[in-house]
This record gives sequence, structure tokens and C-alpha cells, in this order.
Amino acid sequence: MAIKGAIVIDVERCKGCGVCVSVCPKQVIALSKNVNVKGYNYAEMVNEDCIGCASCGMVCPDGVITVYKAKL
Amino acid sequence: MFNEEIVKPENLVYKKTDVLTDVVMHYCPGCPHGTIHRIIAEVIDEMGIQDKAIGIAPVGCSVLAYNYFNVDFVEAAHGRAPALASAIQRLHPNHHTFTYQGDGDLAAIGTAETIHACNRGENIIIFFVNNAIYGMTGGQMAPTTLVGMPSATTPYGRRVDLNGWPLQITELVAQLPGTYYVTRQSASTAADVRKAKAAVRKAFENQAAKKGTQFIEFVSTCNSGWKMTPVQANEWMRQNMFPKYVLGDIKLEGEIVRPYNPEDSKVIRDLVSVK
Amino acid sequence: MAKELKLMKGNEAIAEAAIRSGCDGYFGYPITPQSEVMEHLMAEMPWEKTGMVVLQAESEVASINMVYGGAATGKKVMTSSSSPGMSLMQEGVTYLAGAELPCLLVNVMRGGPGLGTIQPSQADYFQTVKGGGHGDYQLYTLAPASVQEMYDFVFKAWDIAFKYRNPVMILSDGAIGQVMEKVYVGDYVPRWTDEEIAKNAPWAAFGKPAHRDHNIVTSLELDSSKQEKHNHRFQAKYREMEKNDTLYEEIMCEDADYVFVAYGSCARIAHKAVQLARDKGIKVGLLRPITLFPFPTQPIKALAQRVKGILTVEMSAGQMVYDVKLASEFKCPVEYFGRYGGIIPTPQEVVEALENKLIKG
Repeated sequence: MAIKGAIVIDVERCKGCGVCVSVCPKQVIALSKNVNVKGYNYAEMVNEDCIGCASCGMVCPDGVITVYKAKL
Repeated sequence: MFNEEIVKPENLVYKKTDVLTDVVMHYCPGCPHGTIHRIIAEVIDEMGIQDKAIGIAPVGCSVLAYNYFNVDFVEAAHGRAPALASAIQRLHPNHHTFTYQGDGDLAAIGTAETIHACNRGENIIIFFVNNAIYGMTGGQMAPTTLVGMPSATTPYGRRVDLNGWPLQITELVAQLPGTYYVTRQSASTAADVRKAKAAVRKAFENQAAKKGTQFIEFVSTCNSGWKMTPVQANEWMRQNMFPKYVLGDIKLEGEIVRPYNPEDSKVIRDLVSVK
Repeated sequence: MAKELKLMKGNEAIAEAAIRSGCDGYFGYPITPQSEVMEHLMAEMPWEKTGMVVLQAESEVASINMVYGGAATGKKVMTSSSSPGMSLMQEGVTYLAGAELPCLLVNVMRGGPGLGTIQPSQADYFQTVKGGGHGDYQLYTLAPASVQEMYDFVFKAWDIAFKYRNPVMILSDGAIGQVMEKVYVGDYVPRWTDEEIAKNAPWAAFGKPAHRDHNIVTSLELDSSKQEKHNHRFQAKYREMEKNDTLYEEIMCEDADYVFVAYGSCARIAHKAVQLARDKGIKVGLLRPITLFPFPTQPIKALAQRVKGILTVEMSAGQMVYDVKLASEFKCPVEYFGRYGGIIPTPQEVVEALENKLIKG
């Protein structure tokens, strides 16, 4: 049984500051090449290594990250 | 990319609290104000005191904080938040009145209100966000700007002969008998956020027990004013701000736990390294 | 209501009325000649009688911002000061007006400018009714002429302040503040309960219950189109005050050839001057503005159409005279007489001024 995490990012509210990218212990997050409606390169998940630690959610200044965790 | 089996309500571990509104914050990308707002809102949520909380917004970047906190809020004149809070808490002794102020608001124009509210031991919480610069007006020197640190009004770096020394007001208010809990926190990493949240919780609990003034400084960044990326600004803060504005508790339960010593005043006089 | 007769200073009457009118909080800083307001409050210990909060602040700046804080939560709060202190408070006053907060301010005027003197004056008329702080705003301004009115106007102030969501000023002077007179005081009016505040001040920031959105008290509006709408609303409110709540008193104006216009202490002096002039066979009346904003423009206009001249009597270098001239629409000559720098004019001087400036002139 493995602990797996997942994050959901409200990309339209994301300002692309990259603080979440810098604190993720598993390098799960990167800034997208695409932009949201405001022109920010929003954050997105780039692999499935998320452990649901919520570090990204805790440092996100705009509260746009929701974190889930499950035993699979 | 994510596993849809994981994203289910029963697996939720972290989401924005409802004690923050859904209004998009006007802060610059990466600005710690949003994080600090959320820490305070989460504690209000977890303690179930939304109906008892009254916030005071300052003048400065967080002038519009009242749009983001889903609690009753009063917007103060520049520097006067502790005076408003003193009156409100005395008139509503079972409520939770807190101010949210920046360095210019609290440590320059509002120094008298800050010192006297702390000295009277008003049963209020003062949240002090120190990013060593005036963000809203475009990055001018603040009372807490470090020696050598450039700003819009010290383009060559803060010079002591012109501008005097940075003000360590948190150490100063800790000396006053009215303060019960004085601590310095930050919010740039998950670990720091956890510690800061515990400090905020302690402050609200002390207030519920009517212990006197609770004073929490957040050492913070202003990546726009500092002209750095948010991630670079966090790193610069750790390298240059933390040695001078040392994190941790200064006063606990009315007792000073980290006395101010001559070394501290020597350190604050050091020039910062500017790239 | 049971009435009790007391002998009090004007300043003490303000304090006594505060306690008895259900005031929730007083925040102030000592300054001559109004220090008895806070001294009387502290001596009476109203926190034990009615639960009223009294706090000596670190400055007038802090005092007015404590009033701002308390008023923002729907409480009946007040401060008092004298001219130099009131100048310091002007920032807070404009914020109170901009955030539409009911509260009571008392200015027991002394002579200026600067530190000036501690003797009585009326030289803060412009500061009070023409602004003081920045922006387009008005204070509903009551001008008491007796210790009884110092007492009564505190009660009146709460009604007006909450009716219009606007700060109310009692503009007094060192003479009315310091003089001792008999005062009828009434029963204690209870302070509002939390439920009454929620009903009477539903806009206030007293803690967000689950059933409503969060309340925000602010004078900030970055969107100019919305700010202009606020300004329109403020102006409409001031026009309502003019229409419904202008107060004045006319004494012996029916047959008058000449009229004095004077308020506060000067109205008492002018009243005596009316009698002296009539003893000499000059038919003089007195119009006493009780509210300085809204100003009794209509009655002055009506008088100007039928009298030979109007003389304002002021303890200033001539401030209210401008409003009287505007109100008269220049239908008759309007002159000013005053003493200042802390000097109170005598009734004889007033009659002489009438003779020299209007009758002989």
C-alpha cells in the first residue's frame, strides 16, 4: 500500500510566483508554458510523485492549491 | 496528470479556509501577505471565533486586507490601528481584536500608538509584517530597511549618516510590561508556516485568557520593491534579514526568553551584502 | 423623567450627560480649558455604574482614532478637546466623516493660532464648519450657550449622529466650559445592548454572525466613479440636515430695526446688549444660531429683508460673518464686531459697535 497525493490548482487565480515549485520536496510542480487569462504562467503538476505533504498549499500566497492524500 | 481516484472529498488534506473570501488578492505574485492572511484566517477558523473577530487594516499594501478576510473589518488611518484596537477591545472585552500592520505603519508613523498600546497591555493582537520597505508607495526606505539596502529613497543603499539605524521595534516592545507574548516568525517555507501558525494560535488563546498584548512580527519579503523574483527574494531574506531580525520567541508568558544583548545591536549595524 | 438640580461647570455637565445618556466610551487627552470633562468622568467611575469605558490616551491623535474604532463597532463614543488638540484630531475627524461614523466631538475653544492662550475664543468656527480636515464633509455642529445646553446637547448629539450616520460636534468655548450654573439632570438612559446595536447600527463591525456578510468600515474607495457616488450621498445627507434639523433662536426680533447674530457665549453678551440698546431707544433683536452647520440661512435671509442692518458678535477676527453675509443676500448691511485672543467682549462694546458701524455709518 502506497501513500499517494494529488493537488488541484485553481489556475485562473494562480499568479505564477513559483514559491510552491521551490518548496515541493518531490519536484512535482512546475510553471506551465501556457498562460492563464491574466497571462501568468500558472503552476501545474508535472509528475505523479506527489505525497500529499501540502507544503505547496501552505506557502501559496493566493490559496489556490487544494491537496488530497490517499492510501492506494 | 493527477490520479482522479485521489481527488475526492474524503481524501482532502488542505484547502483555503472559508474565513478568507474568494476575492482575488491585489498583492504581487509571491507576496507573503497572502500567506500570512491565510495563517491568521485558518486559526480563526479552527478556533471557531469568526463571529468574535474584528480586524483592523492599516495603510500600506495591506490597506485592502478587509476585502480578503471574511470577518468584520475596520480600515484605520496610517499608523493608528493600535489606537482603534485598544478602544474596540475595551468596548468588546470578549471579542478578538487584531491589527495587521506593515513596518512603515507600525514602526514609523504609528510608533507612539504601538508603544502605548503595548505598554498599557491592551488585550489585542498586533500582527506586524516587516519587509523592510514601503511596498505600496513604490519601494521607499522603511524604518526597518537594513544598512546598505537599496530602496527608492536610498538608491545607493541605506546610509547611517543620512538615515540612522534600522529599528528593531519588536525587541523594543518586548521590554514593555504590557506585552505578554512577543515572537518573530516567517512564512516562506512549510516548516516556517507551521511554526507561525502555532504562534498565531498561541496569541489568540492568550487573548481569550485576557493576558495582555500579543505581538507577532513576520519577517517578510517585497519581491517587487526588492526587484527580485519571489523565490530569489525568499533566499535574500534568509541570507540578509534573518541574521538581523532573528526568528523565534522573544517573550513568553510575560517573561523575556531572549534578552537583548550588545551583540544584537552590533549585528543590526552591519552592512548587508548587495549584489 | 425625574429631574435633579445640580450646580456644575459646563465641562462637568458634558461628562455627566455622557454617563447619563448611555455613552459607551470616552477617549481623551488633557488640555486646558476642558480637562474637567475627563476628570469628572474618572471621578465618577462610570464603568462601575453603567459599564462606560473611559481611557486617557497618549495623545489627541490616539484619542480620535479610539473614537473611530469604537464608533466603527456601533458604540456611542466621544472625545473632547480644546483648539490645539482639536487641530491634531482633524485627520481622524475627516476619516470619521468619510466612513460615516456616528460619534460625539466636543471642542471647548481657546484663543489661537498656535498654542495661543487658554482663555475663551470662537476662532475655530472655520475649522469646524468649513472643513478642518481634507475632503468635502460637514459636521453637524451644536453651539451651546449655557451649562444646561452643554448637558442637553449630548443627548441631542446621539440622536442626530445615529439618524444621519455622521459625527456631531459640540462647539463650545472656555467661558461656557468653565462657568458654573444650575443644571437639571435626568435619569440614566441605559447603554444599548448588543441586540440594539445590531438593530440600530447594522453596518457596524461588531463581529460577523453566520447569517450576514462581513461588515467593512472604511473611508477608502479607489474607484472614482464609486467615490463620487459616496460624495453625492454625503451631500444629500447634509442637505437633509439643513432641511430637517437646523436650530436657532430669535429674541425680540419682531419689531427690531437691527439684529445681532451671535452664538455660544457671545449670544449671552449680545442678549444683554439688546437690552442696553433698547434702554437707549434702539430696537434691536438677537438671532442665535444653535446649529452652526446646518446654518440658519433662511431666517437670516428673512430678517435681512426687513431690518436696517445686522451685526455679528464673535470671539474671532470675523468668521461667521461670512455665512451671515451670504445668508443676507446683501439685502441689508452686515457688519462684524469681535474681540479675540482670549478677550470676551462687553455688552457696552457691542452696543457701541452697533452705533458706530451701522447706525452712524
